[in-house]
Amino acid sequence: MLRFVIRRVLLMVPVLFGLSLLLFGWLRALPGDPARALLGEKATPESIARVNAQYGFDQPLVTQYVKYMSQLLQGNFGSSSRTGEPVLGTFINRFPATIELTVAALVFAIAIGIPLGYLAARRAGGLLDVLAVGSSLAGVVIPVFVLAYILKLIFAVGLPGPLGELAFLPTSGRQDVRIDATHITNFFVLDGLLTREWDAALDALVHLVLPGIALGSIPLAIIARMTRASVLDVLNEDYVRTAVAKGLHQRVITFRHILKNALLPVITTIGLQTGALLSGAVLTETVFAFNGIGAYLFDSISNLDFAVLQGFILFIALIYALVNLIVDVAYGVIDPRMRVS
Amino acid sequence: MTEPNQSPESLSAVTSPERPQKLAALMPKGVSDARGTSLWRGAFKRLSRNPAAIMGAVIVLAFVLIAIFAPLIAPYEPGNPLWNSEVTPSSVPGPSPEHLLGLDPFGSDLFTQLVFGARQSLIIGIVSTSLGLLGGAILGTLAGGFGGWVDVLVMRIVDIMLSIPSLLLAVSVAAVLGRRPEALMIAIAVAQIPIFARLLRGSMMGQRNQDYVLASVSLGLRKRTIIMSHVLPNSLGPVIVQATLTLATAIIEVAALSYLGLGSPDPVVAEWGRMLVKAQERLSSEPMLTVLPGACIAVTALGFTLLGEALREALDPKSRR
Repeated sequence: MLRFVIRRVLLMVPVLFGLSLLLFGWLRALPGDPARALLGEKATPESIARVNAQYGFDQPLVTQYVKYMSQLLQGNFGSSSRTGEPVLGTFINRFPATIELTVAALVFAIAIGIPLGYLAARRAGGLLDVLAVGSSLAGVVIPVFVLAYILKLIFAVGLPGPLGELAFLPTSGRQDVRIDATHITNFFVLDGLLTREWDAALDALVHLVLPGIALGSIPLAIIARMTRASVLDVLNEDYVRTAVAKGLHQRVITFRHILKNALLPVITTIGLQTGALLSGAVLTETVFAFNGIGAYLFDSISNLDFAVLQGFILFIALIYALVNLIVDVAYGVIDPRMRVS
Repeated sequence: MTEPNQSPESLSAVTSPERPQKLAALMPKGVSDARGTSLWRGAFKRLSRNPAAIMGAVIVLAFVLIAIFAPLIAPYEPGNPLWNSEVTPSSVPGPSPEHLLGLDPFGSDLFTQLVFGARQSLIIGIVSTSLGLLGGAILGTLAGGFGGWVDVLVMRIVDIMLSIPSLLLAVSVAAVLGRRPEALMIAIAVAQIPIFARLLRGSMMGQRNQDYVLASVSLGLRKRTIIMSHVLPNSLGPVIVQATLTLATAIIEVAALSYLGLGSPDPVVAEWGRMLVKAQERLSSEPMLTVLPGACIAVTALGFTLLGEALREALDPKSRR
């Protein structure tokens, strides 16, 4: 097990090295000189000269790359050309918001996706099955930002007529600005619980509902589909028939025989989705003005803030790789068959 | 035993035109199709009996026709805010005899914008998916066909590409190339390359140990010939299915990227994603401005998804009977 983890961590090294080369090349390929790309349009000649000296943009490419890497390894990712804030600090400040949103989206997707997929498989071809397959299709084909607007329309703006009553959920930000909450960890729900400011925690939780649903729609569709297909496969297995023939209780068959086996591929799917969600829900966060890394990335894209883009891409790739590693290891823990091979 | 160099002639004798008739004579009554059903012919037969596939095909066909004949269908020029004066901060003129669906927030005809949006989506979707397919096919063929260190190197490159979320990858490419429609196509294509490369490699790996490959090797065919004219064509099935599904994703991604402000610098351009940007400010007063472009994106993506899924099912050996 340990050897497997070490091997996987070592395999990450060439990938990250390649990625740094790619980002370095990317920074060089940007229109204009890299110092201007890092500092933005309003850079003064002095600040350009300073960045040129700091990163050595006037030296040979290999020297430059070595210098660039040593800067990165020391945690110097530069500052935003838009706000002047250091990139690393901004990321650390904002990442908790994205984690919160990811957890909300996953809770929604798993809590509905797995039961839906299971029930659809048990009643394959029935009305519920058609409904499940249809809604999982809808989850894939409706763009996230369109769904976000529809949710906003129903639950915040209000539909005409009696349906207008549904408009009671907040649709922007992470917490009501009127609440004077203490923030320790920047996980707003957790902060509220730690400081016993229950109203703050509840308010932060309510703010997660709509963004969580919007962001969770795609994982929900994928998880439901995966569960359905996987349960259908397992239902035809001999051991399920044996369990039924033995007269086992339906609950035991469902949980110990069917779900335990059928959920293995679903766990991989959930892991992959987690990596994707953590990497910044650019669209969802933007629509709901949710101050995570996604919304910040959106602003950096529209302002072509390269220092931020470069740093964030690197962090995100690292997180993505780590999450995938955790998924692989978790898989080995859950499925004994994986440990042998 | 015949001499080895005669084998090509004897092979061609077996595949001569009389063979089907001879075989047919040997077949029991009722089995008339002695040629058997080819994979694609059988797949087409199953597709035509699948209602989801037909629905998908109808949507795709309608979308393609609308895109091609956009100038004939739309009453006005696209991206032309002629009626700008009629739009006020509080209201946008709704449906009228002159404007079937009313105006958009810039003062262009909404129906015209939606119709030409189909054209934009189709062009960007097809060009980017073709580029992605081509790039992925080259990498996948290299890795799957040659194996060894080529495989390791190519797959590491693919790993790096996969380690960046596709939207960010597309954004980085678009940042280098600037705000142009071509940048959008290349950006989406680059994000697709690793998916196709991985799929084709896996598919080719599966073919490599098949008997027909062994046969070609023992016939003394060159490695390049075996890969290009035997292994590759037989590995393309899953890739074609994926391409259909990818078209759906590409259309959604085009909308997402132009919603983020990449792509054409002109805000009035007839592009579904771009149309949503301005519409969101009027979400409460004119929800249709958001719902209609959104529905166009979703329905088109649905068409390609249904068709792709049905194609996958039809080509799946497990479903052949």
